Amino acid sequence: MEIILAIITGVLYASGIYMILRRSMVKLILGIILLGNGVNLLIFLLGRITKGEPPIIDSAKKVLEGVYADPIPQALILTAIVISFGLQAFAIILVKRTYKVLKTDDLDQLNTTDEDS
Amino acid sequence: MLGAVLLGFLFSLFLVFAGSYFRGKLAVLSSLVPLSLFIYFLTFLPEIADGKVIYENYEWIPSFGVNLSFTLDGLALLFALMITGVGSLVFLYTSAYLKDHKYLDRFYGYLSMFMAAMLGLVLSDNIMSLFIFWELTSISSFYLIGFNNDKADSRKSALTALGITGIGGLLLLGGAVLLGEVAGTYRISEMVMMRDVITDSSHYLLILLLIFGAAFTKSAQFPFHFWLPGAMKAPTPVSTYLHSATMVKAGVYLLFRMTPILNGDEIWHTILIVVGAVTMVYSAIHIIFRTDLKGILAYSTISALGILVFLIGIGTQAALVAAAVFIVVHALYKASLFLITGIIDHETGTRDVTQLSGLRKVLLPVAIAGFIAALISGGVPPTLGFVGKDLIYEATLHFKDAAIFLTVLAILTKILLFYGGFVAGVKPFMGKLPQKFEKLHLPSPLMWMPPLIMTLAGIVFGIFPGLIETAFAKPIAMTQVIEFEEFHLKLWHGFNSVLGLSAITITLGAILYFTLKPKHNLENAIAKLDKIAPKDLTLKLSEGFAEFSRLWTNFFQTGYLRHYISTIVLFLILLLGYLIFSDFSLSIDYSSLTELTVYEISILLMLLMGVLYTVFTKSRLAAVAALGVVGLSFSLLFLFYSAPDLAMTQFSVDTLTVILFVLVLYKLPKYLKLSDTGVRIKHGVLSISFGILITLLILKVLNEPKNTEISEFYAENAYTLAHGKNIVNVILVDFRGIDTMIEISVLIVAALGVFGLLKLRLKTRDKK
Repeated sequence: MEIILAIITGVLYASGIYMILRRSMVKLILGIILLGNGVNLLIFLLGRITKGEPPIIDSAKKVLEGVYADPIPQALILTAIVISFGLQAFAIILVKRTYKVLKTDDLDQLNTTDEDS
Repeated sequence: MLGAVLLGFLFSLFLVFAGSYFRGKLAVLSSLVPLSLFIYFLTFLPEIADGKVIYENYEWIPSFGVNLSFTLDGLALLFALMITGVGSLVFLYTSAYLKDHKYLDRFYGYLSMFMAAMLGLVLSDNIMSLFIFWELTSISSFYLIGFNNDKADSRKSALTALGITGIGGLLLLGGAVLLGEVAGTYRISEMVMMRDVITDSSHYLLILLLIFGAAFTKSAQFPFHFWLPGAMKAPTPVSTYLHSATMVKAGVYLLFRMTPILNGDEIWHTILIVVGAVTMVYSAIHIIFRTDLKGILAYSTISALGILVFLIGIGTQAALVAAAVFIVVHALYKASLFLITGIIDHETGTRDVTQLSGLRKVLLPVAIAGFIAALISGGVPPTLGFVGKDLIYEATLHFKDAAIFLTVLAILTKILLFYGGFVAGVKPFMGKLPQKFEKLHLPSPLMWMPPLIMTLAGIVFGIFPGLIETAFAKPIAMTQVIEFEEFHLKLWHGFNSVLGLSAITITLGAILYFTLKPKHNLENAIAKLDKIAPKDLTLKLSEGFAEFSRLWTNFFQTGYLRHYISTIVLFLILLLGYLIFSDFSLSIDYSSLTELTVYEISILLMLLMGVLYTVFTKSRLAAVAALGVVGLSFSLLFLFYSAPDLAMTQFSVDTLTVILFVLVLYKLPKYLKLSDTGVRIKHGVLSISFGILITLLILKVLNEPKNTEISEFYAENAYTLAHGKNIVNVILVDFRGIDTMIEISVLIVAALGVFGLLKLRLKTRDKK
């Protein structure tokens, strides 16, 4: 399972970077989202995956014992998901706005600050 | 002594606020600053003449060994008196020369800052504070040389001077740090005791080269000399002060200071003698080709500096005494000649020596000063110049090898300097007065008194050389030479070989003066050689460097996002690829892996399809929907692998993202195929190789044992300390609560941004 997940992470990275390298801004955002998912999976995987043992203390006990999934990568990924949501929302609206004002989606036409070019 | 050093800085600070009062008639009062310092240093004369050395120490940054420690010995006193003495006269002179100039206060500010920096430099006993003052002189001289900042020439010269002396400053810093580390102390007076340690150290050669680099750039030695003639663009008082007594002597001072520490090896002597000799002869020959008075003086200054370096290189007691005396001689006559040139320029409006003649009829006191200055410069008795010249010959004649050769070089230089002195100091005043100059009248005494005072001092010291001997020459010799021998300075040595050489010098110099007239065609002739002069070569080098930087920057800073990303990714691929493949071993322990069930396989297939569909579809809506599929598959994956919180968050966030996308989708541009197939393939290869590397990296890391210490801490303490049973939640809201709070504020900022972008109305641009 880990091997397949590692390959999937690679695929996510590759497709994310490929999309970021496009000239269309919408694709850029899609690429960022894919890459973000890839990073989350990377962190998750490096924290080692455990099946069916969530890091929740049994109601009768006070200390978590036995086999359990590592809570730290989960906490990290949770933060990352929420923050990347903020980023995505802002980026989507920014692209919309940019398109409305400048009437172009081509990044190559946005690389100058001169108004008349 | 700290107060003496700070006075100049305080005065320039004071001028910032009270400058407007010093622009008019009060300007002359500012010369009280150097004058009071001059008198203050004079009071030390008797003590120093007795061979005492005065130390003062103020702690500054003791942990680095950087302290404000000052020392006053013969050498420091000689320079301090020269700086403040010539300074007083220059301050006086400036009040008349730049009378009613609208930035006169600013000029005085720079000048006193420079003076203070120079004083700090020569009084510093700590090599780090010496470096700081050294840099301060470079910086303040930049402002002085570029004082006429509305002229392009002036700005360029100031930059050249700053560039060259700035490089020297860096070299000095390097040398100082090495020296301090090798000696174990940053105090120069303590380094003298560590002499053997330093000369035996393996860093000795490096230290030597760094210190030489600093001294040669500051003191305008070949091939770094070209900033000095350029610096002549400055107002004449600046040239006077910087080039006769202070700035350019700083390098000589440094060599003098370092003599008892570093002069152990043959290489010290060889380098100094060769560089000094080349400089003195090279620039002395240049004098013949100049017609601008200041140009003549500039080259004769470089030549004189060459003589000083040369003498320090010889390094015997006689040579060092000769150097000390020659420093005084040069300050006296060169400052006078500069001031006289300034008067001529001020009154006639030209410095072209071919046009000037007969000025004695209108500027008699100036002519007298010029004549005496020429005598001092030419070493004619009974001036101090004669004493100085004899000492130089004596030093070269008694040098162990190549005595004849070095003496011939010294005589050649001296003859040309004689010629230069007379062209600058005598020629403008001789002959017939042209009609256009007949109406000139004598300027304010503030201008012609300073050169007269200095030249008369040159005669007084010449007749009574004992004054110089007890005040400076002996104390300097005692501190700088290891085995001190008694000596006496005399004007008259009796008939000997040195006297003969002197007579030859003066005769040949006089013949040269009367036969060779400065002509423009000579100047033009040598201008053709400029192409191979160090100045032009350096300029070309700096231009080439600028061009290279421009190409380099343009190559990387294309302005296209994909170029930046590709560069970063490519770099990471190379780096990671090297790391992974240089030590490639992949052994996977299959037993430790989690088993694979049909549910997982179906989810992963869904995920994979989603990703590929997002990348390759031509429809925006399909891409967004596929992205949603990816997100939901992630959500399920998290659920399977014991992360219910993640599953819930991913689910809600992904739903929201897709909704947001779809809401604005019809306002977004259509997909266009913007790049051609070649570029796509290139990017594809790049991203796929990066993906493969990441996969390999993960597999490698999975083989390493995992550190579970922190996880165990949370597992044990989540309930006992924070009373929460869901550990992930406890981490987020309790153990790392502040992080989460900041994260929430980030989201708020993003939300505000989104709101702002949606509601913002750009009135003018929207309507276009």
